[in-house]
Amino acid sequence: MENVQKRTKKLRLNRRTRTILVFLVTMTILGCITVMGLAMHSDRYGTNFQIKNVAPCAVHLFGTDWMGRDMFMRTVKGLSTSIFVGLLASAASSVLALFLGVAAGVCGEKATAVFNWFVDLFMGVPHLILLILISILMGKGIKGVTTGVILTHWCGLGRIVQAEIAALRNSQYVLAAQKLGKSKAWIAVRHVLPHVFPQFIVGLVLMFPHAIMHEASITFLGFGLPAEEPAIGIILSEAMKYLTTGTWWLAVFPGACLLFVVCLFELMGNQLRLLMDPYSAQE
Amino acid sequence: MWKFIIKNTLRMLLLLWVVSVVTFAMVEISPIDAVSAYVGEYAVTEQQQQKIAEYWGLNESPVVRYCKWAKNVLHGDMGVSMIYRKNVMEVIGERFGLSIVLMGCAWVLSGLIGLFLGIVAATYQGRLADKAIKVYCLLLESSPSFWIGMLLLIVFSVRLRLFPMGLASPIGMSVSEATLGQRLSHLALPVLTLSFTGISKITLQTREKMIQVLESDYALFAKARGESVWGFVFRHGLRNVLLPFIILHFGSVSELFGGSVLAETVFTYPGLGNATVQSALKGDVPLFLGITLFSTIFVFCGNLAANVLVAVANPQIREGGNRGKRSKKNEKVTA
Repeated sequence: MENVQKRTKKLRLNRRTRTILVFLVTMTILGCITVMGLAMHSDRYGTNFQIKNVAPCAVHLFGTDWMGRDMFMRTVKGLSTSIFVGLLASAASSVLALFLGVAAGVCGEKATAVFNWFVDLFMGVPHLILLILISILMGKGIKGVTTGVILTHWCGLGRIVQAEIAALRNSQYVLAAQKLGKSKAWIAVRHVLPHVFPQFIVGLVLMFPHAIMHEASITFLGFGLPAEEPAIGIILSEAMKYLTTGTWWLAVFPGACLLFVVCLFELMGNQLRLLMDPYSAQE
Repeated sequence: MWKFIIKNTLRMLLLLWVVSVVTFAMVEISPIDAVSAYVGEYAVTEQQQQKIAEYWGLNESPVVRYCKWAKNVLHGDMGVSMIYRKNVMEVIGERFGLSIVLMGCAWVLSGLIGLFLGIVAATYQGRLADKAIKVYCLLLESSPSFWIGMLLLIVFSVRLRLFPMGLASPIGMSVSEATLGQRLSHLALPVLTLSFTGISKITLQTREKMIQVLESDYALFAKARGESVWGFVFRHGLRNVLLPFIILHFGSVSELFGGSVLAETVFTYPGLGNATVQSALKGDVPLFLGITLFSTIFVFCGNLAANVLVAVANPQIREGGNRGKRSKKNEKVTA
């Protein structure tokens, strides 16, 4: 048993190094995709009827569709849009969660009750229906999806933050600060925020997969990004119509790329979570 | 007991009321135009449109219209769906009958698979089986469910021709006419797709909980007594894993509903999820409002069932001991 442990220790990097590695790899890949997507000229993913329905080959890695659009270029462009929307939405949503959670935690029991009631309300309606509703309300498009994701994803993290703070509220140093006459805002910023910050970061990173996935789902259903934009959801919903014609590459590769990006974030979030937890950080 | 029932009924009514107000207001602000949605592709003059608006009372203030709508809903009349030209209640009832079969099968399937994988992973913690299951969960959690559905379609329907492409019964046949075998073959792929949404969460949670149990003192004692690993898992492990499992699995009804919307869209399964998308896309306001309210009740029932079952399954609460009661009010009363 000891032997095995020694061997694995030699072979394996510790959690901190691994987390940093995963983080760097993720960031590089995401950066590359985003830069490629933003810098790409629209000719690259435009129509070219001379090369219709080409199966994946060296020139067209992911093949081309029925309008001769290069699927690799479309996927990269779509991914960069999705990543942008996902990052924006998850960042905004977690800030909202932090703000509401801190407010509910600091302002006492009545605020907590109101907060809990709101969370119940948001959780009471199926996520997807709420997303559809908000997206329609905002007139669909990037604005609709982003607002929808922001407004529906704060509940879980907000609850965690609020619970953390409720536990902090009666701690000695917060009580002491109160007795010293510090304002609630001061306590929130100086004493409470540093405490919930690790949870917040983990929550933020783990929210991204959900955000990007919901963006793709909503777009797939037709309530998200407009059809002329090459988003992953659009690509997949178009591929849906051509499934029976045997052009499998239209669906397989774009979805797999989305899976890959989401997987990276999920890994990063999990590593971060384990690192923040003193019990598992030293494993 | 009565207190519990009354409290929860009141909570649900309040929730429903707020949801109805918020949804109504949101549809009101949104760019959906009920008249043009109703008219569809027909060429209709401006005058006729105005007549329709007048006939429906669209010129009245939103508050008045909400009150009228709410009154009708309380009488069991949710209006007429514009795209199906039927009573909303009728549409929901019909569609839900199909959806509940799909959701129910997927729900049971994902629960069983998740529980099984979680227990196996925990029992063989750190070994190959555990690692494989963890990777499998990561992949499942990161893949969009509708994409999995499309992959299944490509493999099993387009290539292997084992299962039909979609719908709930063969083309040109209503669901009630289809034989059990036909219905099952139409159900198989959607159920499989939908069941994937829940598996990874349940597996990971069960695994974590089971590892805790396996590392406990009584697990060590059982081992010292000569109990086999699987014997321990079945005698002690399952009971301890069951509570968090119930909470998670019954609490996942909301996600199940969302997943069914996607799965039904991919497989053109004529259930409630399909109707949701159609009603929202085509601006069928009465149907969409009806579905929102209905799905809220559905989710609420799921969460309520979780609470009740936990109370029943947890001996600390069932026996009425003080240890089980966590709420502050009860503590104050007993003290």
